Amino acid sequence: MDWFDDWALTLAVFIPAVGMAIVLLIPRAQEQLIKIVTLVTTLVTFGVGIAILARFNFDKPGLQFTVNEPWIKVIHSRYHLGIDGVSLPLLLLTMFITVGCVIYSWNHFPEPHNPKGFLALILLLEVGMNGTFAAQDLILFFVFFEVVLLPMFFMIGVWGGPNREYASIKFFLFTLFGSAMMLLSFLALFFLSKVQTFDMVTLTRLHGAGIVHSTQVLLFAGLFLGFAIKVPMWPFHTWLPDAHTEAPTVGSVLLAAILLKLGAYGFIRIALPMLPSGAQTWAPWIGLLAVIGIIYGALGCLAQRDMKRLIAFSSIAHMGFVMLGIATLTNFGINAAVFGMVAHGLITGMLFFLAGSIQERYDTRELSRLGGLLTQAPHLGWILGFCAMASLGLPGLAGFWGEFPAILSSYDPTNPNGLWGGTSGTLWTFRIYMVIAAIGTVLAAGYLLWMFQRVAFGKVHAEFADRHVHDVHGPEWIAWTPILALIVALGVYPNLVFKITDPAVTQLVGGLNRVLG
Amino acid sequence: VNPHVDFHALAPEIVLTVAILVVLIADLIWPERSRWTSSRLASIGVLAALIPVITLAVDSDQLPRRLFDGAFVVDHYALALQAFFLVVAYVSLLMSADYIGEGDYYQGEFYFLLLTSVLGMVVMASSRDLISIFVALETITVPTFVLAGWRKHDEHSNEAAIKYFLIGVLSTAVMLYGMSIVYGETGSTLLSDIQHYLVRHPSTAPLFAVAIFLTLGGFAFKVSAVPFHFWTPDTYEGAPTPVTAFLSVASKAGGFVAMLTIVAFGFFPSQDSWQPALWILAAASMIYGNLVALRQTNIVRMLAYSSIAQGGFILVPLAVAGDGHAAISSFQAVVIYILIYGAMNLGAFAVVIAVARRTRSGEIASYSGLGATAPGLAITMTIFLFSLAGIPPLAGWFAKFVMFRAVFDAHTASSVVLGVIAAVASVIAFFYYAGVVRMMWFHDPLPEYTPEVRGAAVPPALTVAIGLTTLVVLVIGIYPQLFARVGELAFQA
Repeated sequence: MDWFDDWALTLAVFIPAVGMAIVLLIPRAQEQLIKIVTLVTTLVTFGVGIAILARFNFDKPGLQFTVNEPWIKVIHSRYHLGIDGVSLPLLLLTMFITVGCVIYSWNHFPEPHNPKGFLALILLLEVGMNGTFAAQDLILFFVFFEVVLLPMFFMIGVWGGPNREYASIKFFLFTLFGSAMMLLSFLALFFLSKVQTFDMVTLTRLHGAGIVHSTQVLLFAGLFLGFAIKVPMWPFHTWLPDAHTEAPTVGSVLLAAILLKLGAYGFIRIALPMLPSGAQTWAPWIGLLAVIGIIYGALGCLAQRDMKRLIAFSSIAHMGFVMLGIATLTNFGINAAVFGMVAHGLITGMLFFLAGSIQERYDTRELSRLGGLLTQAPHLGWILGFCAMASLGLPGLAGFWGEFPAILSSYDPTNPNGLWGGTSGTLWTFRIYMVIAAIGTVLAAGYLLWMFQRVAFGKVHAEFADRHVHDVHGPEWIAWTPILALIVALGVYPNLVFKITDPAVTQLVGGLNRVLG
Repeated sequence: VNPHVDFHALAPEIVLTVAILVVLIADLIWPERSRWTSSRLASIGVLAALIPVITLAVDSDQLPRRLFDGAFVVDHYALALQAFFLVVAYVSLLMSADYIGEGDYYQGEFYFLLLTSVLGMVVMASSRDLISIFVALETITVPTFVLAGWRKHDEHSNEAAIKYFLIGVLSTAVMLYGMSIVYGETGSTLLSDIQHYLVRHPSTAPLFAVAIFLTLGGFAFKVSAVPFHFWTPDTYEGAPTPVTAFLSVASKAGGFVAMLTIVAFGFFPSQDSWQPALWILAAASMIYGNLVALRQTNIVRMLAYSSIAQGGFILVPLAVAGDGHAAISSFQAVVIYILIYGAMNLGAFAVVIAVARRTRSGEIASYSGLGATAPGLAITMTIFLFSLAGIPPLAGWFAKFVMFRAVFDAHTASSVVLGVIAAVASVIAFFYYAGVVRMMWFHDPLPEYTPEVRGAAVPPALTVAIGLTTLVVLVIGIYPQLFARVGELAFQA
């Protein structure tokens, strides 16, 4: 099976591209065939993912399934793919959620219909997402990171809600600006490093050797802009509520479940190990923005009248926990961050599915007009309740293992500086963050239960009293059951993820410790 | 004494000259109904001229071949650009075939003039002497004066031609004046001699700086760099669209090649005199071109301003070439940018021609709903526009990338400022490119364009032109090494 080890990641990245090419060749009228081809493509891709998981060596911290071939010799950029314990859970999450999205879309394509275009875009999106998680060369990473933009731009712009034009261009310009800054930092990394290379493995091993502290701080700022906009961290989050509100259901799911992770993943994979001394200086500020995001997102939720917008704001809060975990620069915190990403991907993805299904049934997402879902569609109502519980971090469900360790890890961060420079203030800085984040979880319980109450309890609003509301139907069950099962499984036995991530994270943090002392 | 002439080295020019004569004579002697063959003859001539370019490249041990005391040099640089010009000419011919054929215009002359201009470009790539560069540049430009006025009963076309002519002649005069001072100072028109002179006399007279400035100013007209761009939007809009495509890609690239040749092989040691001038041209073109393009409602005018801005991006590496160790990577960046720009801009114009055949309109509003009525054209136009904006994985990203790499290589305060301007300009540019994309995909079709109008077939030649350029943009976007290698061969460290 050496053959498979060499080709697995290439297959994982490019099978969706082949599928897209086939979909584009099928005439538009043959919708059934288009759907089947797309489903088969995503299933085969997921199959490759499962095979990778089966052959993955969980004890080995370094990269596995590596491919390293020349790509653009002139600029010393290589086609270098590989995954370790940090990327594997996210790669699998991507493949898994994409299959769910295709199944969910089966019978309800948003206006203006056109399954061919819609599914082709989903496949292109998968190319970009898988590629970003597998890339081990900065330029390759950049290209895949950008490939994601176009399909999401069109998905929001063509299939989106009434304000879609504004939302799509805002999404694109924010991210484009961020990635321009990111690219400039990549180039500077290339020219300033001891070895002139874009190879992420080499740059990780160098840990920013040869780049003086002040330059590291500057370069980290460039990377920070690129990744923080994608996460999104407060105050760069303003594109997110608009994009989510206008995007079609599946677009929202992919945006929340995967696209936001690209940013946080970039911090773990690129920004921290390549510029450790910059990270040390920036960490308290990242932590600060993270906890502001937690509180701001929660308060934002409480002010929303639109269900989808509420979930979008809750994403900002949840990604705040992820970023807080990363900012501690501890083993515990970064493990929590990766777990938090997976959990948030599953739970918030589900919540967006539910918001889409509810809108489809009631033609509205306004919380004031919804109510009594449990009487009209009990299954749908209980699933919503389940996901709300998972999202607020109920122990026993996946959400808990993302939030709780992140909060805990900020009790004793070893490496980052304090807010006012030096290591002196580290402890109180992060312990204050810890308290604020803990308050954030209380607020999260507040807004999620409030939302659940408004939507599911009480009486059905008069205008919908006579409406026949279909409870969860076939494709929805097929798409959702595995996700719900995983939320429980990861909640009960979090080691499923921690076992994969821990060796890689230990190695990464070990490297940081060595450099930062 | 007869000088020894390496006919193999001159073969591309000779083949092209023969093709020009055949097209001209065929048009004279053949009856009216066979006139359409001119287009085929011209295409065959261009492709035939590619053969010796390839054989010369294969026989690379013999390179560089120096003729006429070094005034005419065939090296990798020359061959790469000759191949580029010939392919661009071929695609331009594909784009013109139906436009010219259906317009009751004179057929043969069109192709005669176009090929003559191409001959100028091919000669330009090998020229290493002020006089031969000047002659090549005029051979490129003079036929295009006539081509711009091709629709002779259309006032806009007349205006386009006369503006282009007057400003072109003026710039020629300025350039010649500059060149004459260079000759007076250095005593030679040969670029290699000029370079040696400048190495030996590092502190040259202020007059010489003026001479360089005048020479480059002349080229700035040709490449429509701000503030020498005023003719561009009107000429582009008034000229027949295939001619505009040719002007904005081939003729513009000819100007850039002339500039690059003169800077790289001649003026290079005297960087203090050319670098600030190019810096200003680059910055002004990027800022002005992009800002004004935002306000355009006509697609051709928008592309005209976009090409001014793209010209600014091409000038960026040239403007930082004298700093640090940036020379090689800067010159490579210019070559790579020109190659990629050629593919994406030609493609965009090909789609504009295809759409205008249906709607008879150049307004951006007429692109409304194109994604629904003509998905093929809309998808390819989207590809070209996003490539021009520099979004990966389309070829444009690599052009921008090598530009930024050169800026970082130079690593001086002025180069970093220019890099920041370029970064901001790229984000601004995204707005107007995306504006057309939004029009095509997010809006409904306008009622006046009925399905019959929209559904009209795209002629085969135009389809091939669009297909070829799309292929290049996609392949180079995913595997840039192909063009990067060309750039590397052209300028080796």
